[in-house]
Amino acid sequence: MSPQLAAYTTSTGEAFQFWVLGTVAVIGALCTVLMKKAVHSALCLAGTMIILAVFYLANGAYFLGVVQIVVYTGAIMMLFLFVVMLVGVTAADSLKETIKGQRWLALLCGAGFGVLLFAGIGNASLKEFDGIGQANANGNVEGLASLIFTKYVFAFEITGALLITAAVGAMVLTHRERTERAKTQRELAEQRVREGKHLPPLPAPGVYARHNAVDIAGLLPDGTPSELTVNKTLRERGQIRDVSAEALGDLRALEQRAEERLERTEIEPATFKRPEEASK
Amino acid sequence: MNPVNYLYLAALLFTIGATGVLIRRNAIVVFMCIELMLNACNLAFVTFSRMHGNLDGQIIAFFTMVVAAAEVVVGLAIIVSLFRTRHSASVDDASLMKL
Amino acid sequence: MENLIALLIAAPLLGAAVLLTGGRRLDRVGHWIGTLLSAASFVFGLILFVDLLGKNAEHRTLIKHLFSWVPVAGFQADATFRLDQLSMTFVLLITGVGSLIHLYSVGYMEHDERRRRFFGYLNLFLAAMLLLVLADNYLLLYVGWEGVGLASYLLIGFWQHKPSAATAAKKAFLVNRVGDMGLSIAIMLMFTTFGSFAFGPVLSHATQASEGKLTAIGLMLLLAACGKSAQVPLQSWLGDAMEGPTPVSALIHAATMVTAGVYLIVRSGAVFNAAPDAQLAVTVVGAVTLLFGAIVGCAKDDIKKALAGSTMSQIGYMVLAAGLGPIGYVFAIMHLVTHGFFKAGLFLGAGSVMHGMNDEVDMRKYGGLRTYMPVTFITFGLGYLAIIGFPGLSGFFSKDKIIEAAFAKGGTEGWILGGAALLGAAITAFYMTRVMLMTFFGEKRWQPDENGNEPHPHESPRVMRIPMIVLAVGSVFAGGLFSIGDRFLHWLEPVTGHSEGHSPVSAWTVTGATMVCLLVGVGIAWAQYGRKPVPAVAPRGSLLTRAARRDLLQDDFNHVVLVRGGEHLTRSLVYVDHTLVDGVVNGTAAGFGGLSGRLRRLQNGFARSYAVSMFGGAALLVAATLLMRAV
Repeated sequence: MSPQLAAYTTSTGEAFQFWVLGTVAVIGALCTVLMKKAVHSALCLAGTMIILAVFYLANGAYFLGVVQIVVYTGAIMMLFLFVVMLVGVTAADSLKETIKGQRWLALLCGAGFGVLLFAGIGNASLKEFDGIGQANANGNVEGLASLIFTKYVFAFEITGALLITAAVGAMVLTHRERTERAKTQRELAEQRVREGKHLPPLPAPGVYARHNAVDIAGLLPDGTPSELTVNKTLRERGQIRDVSAEALGDLRALEQRAEERLERTEIEPATFKRPEEASK
Repeated sequence: MNPVNYLYLAALLFTIGATGVLIRRNAIVVFMCIELMLNACNLAFVTFSRMHGNLDGQIIAFFTMVVAAAEVVVGLAIIVSLFRTRHSASVDDASLMKL
Repeated sequence: MENLIALLIAAPLLGAAVLLTGGRRLDRVGHWIGTLLSAASFVFGLILFVDLLGKNAEHRTLIKHLFSWVPVAGFQADATFRLDQLSMTFVLLITGVGSLIHLYSVGYMEHDERRRRFFGYLNLFLAAMLLLVLADNYLLLYVGWEGVGLASYLLIGFWQHKPSAATAAKKAFLVNRVGDMGLSIAIMLMFTTFGSFAFGPVLSHATQASEGKLTAIGLMLLLAACGKSAQVPLQSWLGDAMEGPTPVSALIHAATMVTAGVYLIVRSGAVFNAAPDAQLAVTVVGAVTLLFGAIVGCAKDDIKKALAGSTMSQIGYMVLAAGLGPIGYVFAIMHLVTHGFFKAGLFLGAGSVMHGMNDEVDMRKYGGLRTYMPVTFITFGLGYLAIIGFPGLSGFFSKDKIIEAAFAKGGTEGWILGGAALLGAAITAFYMTRVMLMTFFGEKRWQPDENGNEPHPHESPRVMRIPMIVLAVGSVFAGGLFSIGDRFLHWLEPVTGHSEGHSPVSAWTVTGATMVCLLVGVGIAWAQYGRKPVPAVAPRGSLLTRAARRDLLQDDFNHVVLVRGGEHLTRSLVYVDHTLVDGVVNGTAAGFGGLSGRLRRLQNGFARSYAVSMFGGAALLVAATLLMRAV
């Protein structure tokens, strides 16, 4: 392979890697968009990002590849997951569109935009590839460092300011200023007595310790679930699981198992007819 | 293989991300899609860097990452406070701009 | 001496101001104040007249510049008065007859509780009329013109409690507006043509302007004259104007104001001389009106309306004469003056009759009054003889001259105009004889009214008799005084100019023909009203009679053509306004409203929708960029 030709093409290994991982990345991206649960979306995105990190490495951007994994996949995606947990892991979105025509417009715009981008890339004469080897001759990290601390030093400094601002901004946004002193246990107890509602502590959630049982409402004596037993946050998220049907199902399963063990046949209404037929 | 395929891939990912922004209602997923778009851009920059044989593209990608990190911090903070006040992470619920 | 000109106007103006603002305190003396100030004005006029007579004929023009009225660069309007022979004639007529009628009104309006106001209006009229004839420019003349219109309006509607009087006042005012518009347009045309509207520049440069413009000015002046002088087609108001008190009819609607149109035409003679078409229009209007008025006068049973028709007809003579150009100007004015005497006298006589007959105006309920009111009978009779042109009396001289002048116009026009004038003379004789016979001769026909009050005809008080006698004397001798030695001609000639026409018939022939017409008219009237008793209820009469009773359908014509036409026009304009104009406006508004309503739906408040638009816009931008590169 002549050096010139090397500039135009990549190695077969890289090509193989591209086609395989590229496909996976696209699938990951699609899953990010299409998954119902935010957790799944986040995981798919993390996968796509890791693949992108691999592509960075393949393109000679070793520093960025590592940063991608450490910062993006490691920090940012974890932050996402953290927020997802805060909002509710199990909450599934409906993918049904509520704004009329939004989906078709979005798809049309997306398709049009994609076609245009492809056309633009295809239209550009991108035949010259210098390769990154020359630039990475003194090591990728060293090369980047020399650029960042010389040519881009101001941008870099401003970036620092931006990060500080963002951190402070995030704190300001999420910080809730207390306007009054937090109530003590004693005061809360007095308030409860004064209101005359729920004098005792709130009832415990359901007793079916099969899942994270805090989201299962406890049953009242008459068998109806009481929402009071469920944590307020879960109540507001609408993540209460109704297990009344489950309980019946379980009961039926229990009965069936008992019958099987006792080898008792099910009494069917039809069996009453047989003796009559036999007597005939 | 021509490395320009990386660009096609970047374009495809960007388009998928953009469409996702438009389609999804969950603010967190929308935000993830934005990250996807940013990453697609980064891939393009890195590829450009390779094409031109200098490291400026990688520097830009690096800065993009930093800005994205800052953006994620603020954006997630916004989502959290939004969720706190509205008990919902749907972007459609915040439709106060309508008359 | 010039200062007297201003005093001439100031005296009645002061009277009007004092009487109209003085309040009830003046009720007892108000009429005498008005009469005295009017008489003072007449005395000033006499002094000025004597002064003018003492001067050479060429220097008999006094100019009094009072103040600069509207001094704006090229637009100079001054309050300047011009007293020349023409104005002088009018001043004497106005103040003389005016003073007499003031005196008469003292008696006539004795029982009217608003007599002070009446005299205030009369003085206001005198001031305005004097301003009209003394003005040295058309703008100032216009002020006087409007002033007399206002006074006429106020006086016609003086008995405003009568709806008919209020309506008549409004009608006179409205019809006059049409003419006034003509005058204002004429003034504007003058300003654009000559750059001035003072008599001096306009009349001396008249020949330099194009004939088209002069014709336009002339026709507009004619329109103005038609409105003020009740000439066809703006004649309809005069008959109804008789709703006013009789002294008003005598002064304003017989002797002075209605002749303002003639004054305007004669004053603007230079313009008309240079515009033959306008002049022809003037003669046509005059000829038509003199026949129109005469015919109307024949059919009316209301004595004042009969006299109003006569006035219209006589002014038609004057306008006809004025339209003849320099041949006729002097005679127009001469007839105007003599007519002022005898018509005022006739009206005062009619007023005297009404005064004695409980304000009854229907001649069919008179009859045989000559024995009850001899002075009225004699003065009225002299006026009657004067108007029909009895040889030797004023009407004979002035009307004869006009008929002569009409023939002297020459050609077919001359024959037609002269024939019309002759016919008019015959009809005049007929209707005046009819009035005379129905009022003073025959059997008494009055009946007690529904309240049982039978009229007791009696002679009027002395204060009313004196003006009648003076005017009767004037009616008898004025014509002769003016005509013998052509005194009036020489007096006016420096202002109006004069030329002798070439009459196809000799003066004696014309006089003879006039006499024959006169006799025929009187004879027919005698046959109809003298020999047999007059029916108390008017017979149905011929179609022409019935039309004449309705003023030859002038009001019907106005109603059908102008009122209905105007209504239809405005209705269609309203329709156009509602459908087209409003439609366009409302349609635009509705269109924008609908469009915005639809556009508003784009603003659904969903961030994602906005994001789609942004994304679509970005796509379009990319497309545009690519397209530009491709191109």
